[in-house]
Amino acid sequence: MDSENIRSIKELPSEENMQPGTAACAGCGGLLTLRYCLKALGENIVIVNAAGCFTLLTIYPFSPFRNSWLYTAMACAPAGAQGVRDALDILIKKGKLDPEENLKVVVLAGDGSAYDMALSSTSGAIYRNLDFYYICYDNEAYGNTGFQHSGASPFGSRTGTTPPGEKVPVGSQLQKKNLFDIWNSHKPPYLATVSPAYPVDLMNKFKKAEQFKGPKLFISHIPCPPGWGFDPSQSVKLAKLSVETGLWPLKESIHGEVEHTFVPKKFKPVEDYLKKQERFSHLFKPERQEEALKSIQEMVDDYWRKNKLLP
Amino acid sequence: MAKEMLTGNAAAAWGVRLAEVDYIPAYPITPQTEIIETIAKWISDGEMDAGFVTMDSEHSMVTAAGAASATGARTFTTTSSQGLMYGFEMLFTVAGWRVPLVMVNVSRGLSAPITLGPDHNDILALRDTGFLQIHCETCQEVLDSVLMAYRLAEDDRVLLPLMVNMDGFFLSFTREAVEVPDVEKVRSFLPEYQPEHAFFRAGQPMAQGVAVLGGEFYSYFKYQMHLASQNALEVYREVSDDFERIFGRKYGTIDEYMMEDAEYVLVMTNSFSTLGKAAVKRARENGIKAGLLRPRFLRPFPEADIRNALKGKKAVAVIDQNISVGKGGIIYSEMASCLYNENSRPLMLSFIGGLGGKNISQEEFDLIFEKMIHAEDSGIVGLPHLLYTKKEWEGIKKLKEIAGRQ
Ligand SMILES: Cc1ncc(C[n+]2csc(CCOP(=O)(O)OP(=O)(O)O)c2C)c(N)n1
Ligand code: SF4
Repeated sequence: MDSENIRSIKELPSEENMQPGTAACAGCGGLLTLRYCLKALGENIVIVNAAGCFTLLTIYPFSPFRNSWLYTAMACAPAGAQGVRDALDILIKKGKLDPEENLKVVVLAGDGSAYDMALSSTSGAIYRNLDFYYICYDNEAYGNTGFQHSGASPFGSRTGTTPPGEKVPVGSQLQKKNLFDIWNSHKPPYLATVSPAYPVDLMNKFKKAEQFKGPKLFISHIPCPPGWGFDPSQSVKLAKLSVETGLWPLKESIHGEVEHTFVPKKFKPVEDYLKKQERFSHLFKPERQEEALKSIQEMVDDYWRKNKLLP
Repeated sequence: MAKEMLTGNAAAAWGVRLAEVDYIPAYPITPQTEIIETIAKWISDGEMDAGFVTMDSEHSMVTAAGAASATGARTFTTTSSQGLMYGFEMLFTVAGWRVPLVMVNVSRGLSAPITLGPDHNDILALRDTGFLQIHCETCQEVLDSVLMAYRLAEDDRVLLPLMVNMDGFFLSFTREAVEVPDVEKVRSFLPEYQPEHAFFRAGQPMAQGVAVLGGEFYSYFKYQMHLASQNALEVYREVSDDFERIFGRKYGTIDEYMMEDAEYVLVMTNSFSTLGKAAVKRARENGIKAGLLRPRFLRPFPEADIRNALKGKKAVAVIDQNISVGKGGIIYSEMASCLYNENSRPLMLSFIGGLGGKNISQEEFDLIFEKMIHAEDSGIVGLPHLLYTKKEWEGIKKLKEIAGRQ
């Protein structure tokens, strides 16, 4: 890939490395993220997948990909990546594999895998400085099993296992884990958040990441129509809103040094984002849960204030 | 060829070195750790050309091993008891990938209570995964079995992973004289691995481990695994013949000791079979026509060879060094099902012994033969017998007193 930055969506590579017609839901923000990532990564890759929605992208005998694919399990896609990377390296070193046949190794995992079950195997892979890409598509719940609470589910959200009720009207009482900081504490060569609503930012981050040997990690916040409860046509709009409200900061980190790559000129109120989703509807009716709404806005303001980026 | 004094663990490591394995993901656990430390040192000293990585868990270790195998590297890994259980999910997965990964399990009883002593509940929990299983009695057998394991697993009529088992402490840390074969000879027995079905390369994309939708498709792939495992019995005949031709040592799917004219047969596996063989010898001195049958393969289960070996015997005592709580001995059940449809079959008695490395004493073997003879006389076979001596009973009573439990 040409390492020069692109400036507009028109400059995105026109090749599609993932064909349409998968089992993913209409409007899946994860699929859109993946499509852009594959444009950036090219076809000489092997995707190592964890259990989740995207397991069903390949169903025997069909695959939407031009590239190779290995399905592992929920806890261990990074360990699978380790095995593939190490095997390719040793086979090339021993002259058993033509270097032309080399591949980039890419982990593809949901938030349930990345934030929870695979935390150990991910930490291990980053710590060992494994030369790989990691794409976490974060829909803020266990999507494939019908949207239950994960370590990525935000405070105040409804999931299958945090249903708002008389005793617990707010739904999830826990704050979303900060996976970016957990990963960043390992000081990986490259780490970034991305969004399918900002493909130019995404593409340029992959271009930048390419120069580094070692872990290149991406977390994409992705709207999930059936889980979040909105019309599939609104997917990109919601992805955009999560950035514009300041809920999903676009940033990158090089060897642990964090920089924001996009700061909204004027932050929209988080309510604009929350209101559009069924999973937050209990915060507004039958009556407004003022305290909960206030605390979500404060959490966002706090973040940007601490980073000295609040206008 | 000169022999060296090697532990079971060192013998396993030598098998890996001689097989010129490409890649070893590892994780420590007693009593296996000596294997990975030995290999790590060889690699560090430049005596072995392989990739080595210490993983974050056995779950990751098995995944990395399977994935490397699926990429086309000859791969080895090893664990024991808790570690095997920790990686359990991925053992099914890796077998389903149809990759020729070879592992060594150093048997150790499972927690709780936690112990270091050996028994076979760890390895036998794997019996439905798709891994082939070879169980070893001696250190030489460990080394030889690792070499045969790669030949067998990599054969395209088989393509299933294989677990070589040895007992913790009793074999892993016991030094025996072992012949370490010459690497050139090994090469003539075990050529370089040429993966035709499992690889990742730019020129030829491949999807592995993909989903199926529908029981009929799932069943097809599972049946394929079963049939391949059955094939392994046939292929093993070629492998063991070749092995004998090149190295002069012969290993069947079962090991038969004084079986020819035997009437009363012990069935045991792994290193405790040595105790059983000594008991057979003593019984012979006392006029009992005793013999011992040791299944080396537990998967595939060598049914025909076992049926054949037990034809015309009066009674069989299966000593299970494992316990399927609520049922009894695992191998007893498997032996019984294997003989059930025979027109004439020996009586079959079940004993549980050697759990967590508990000794099986001379008097216990005497009792086993007594019970076999009594069963043969009376035609009555009792419940599974849990071996425990009076002295052991006194011992636990003392501990219970100290614990305040009478
Ligand atoms: C060990 C294990 N436990 C549970 C499951 C069931 N399971 C399959 S997919 C999934 C959800 C994964 O969630 P996430 O990683 O967020 O990905 P998504 O489904 O949202 O794509 C779960 C819990 C599993 N496959 N493996
Ligand atoms: S449930 Fe959500 S994340 Fe999963 S495929 Fe559907 S839209 Fe995508």
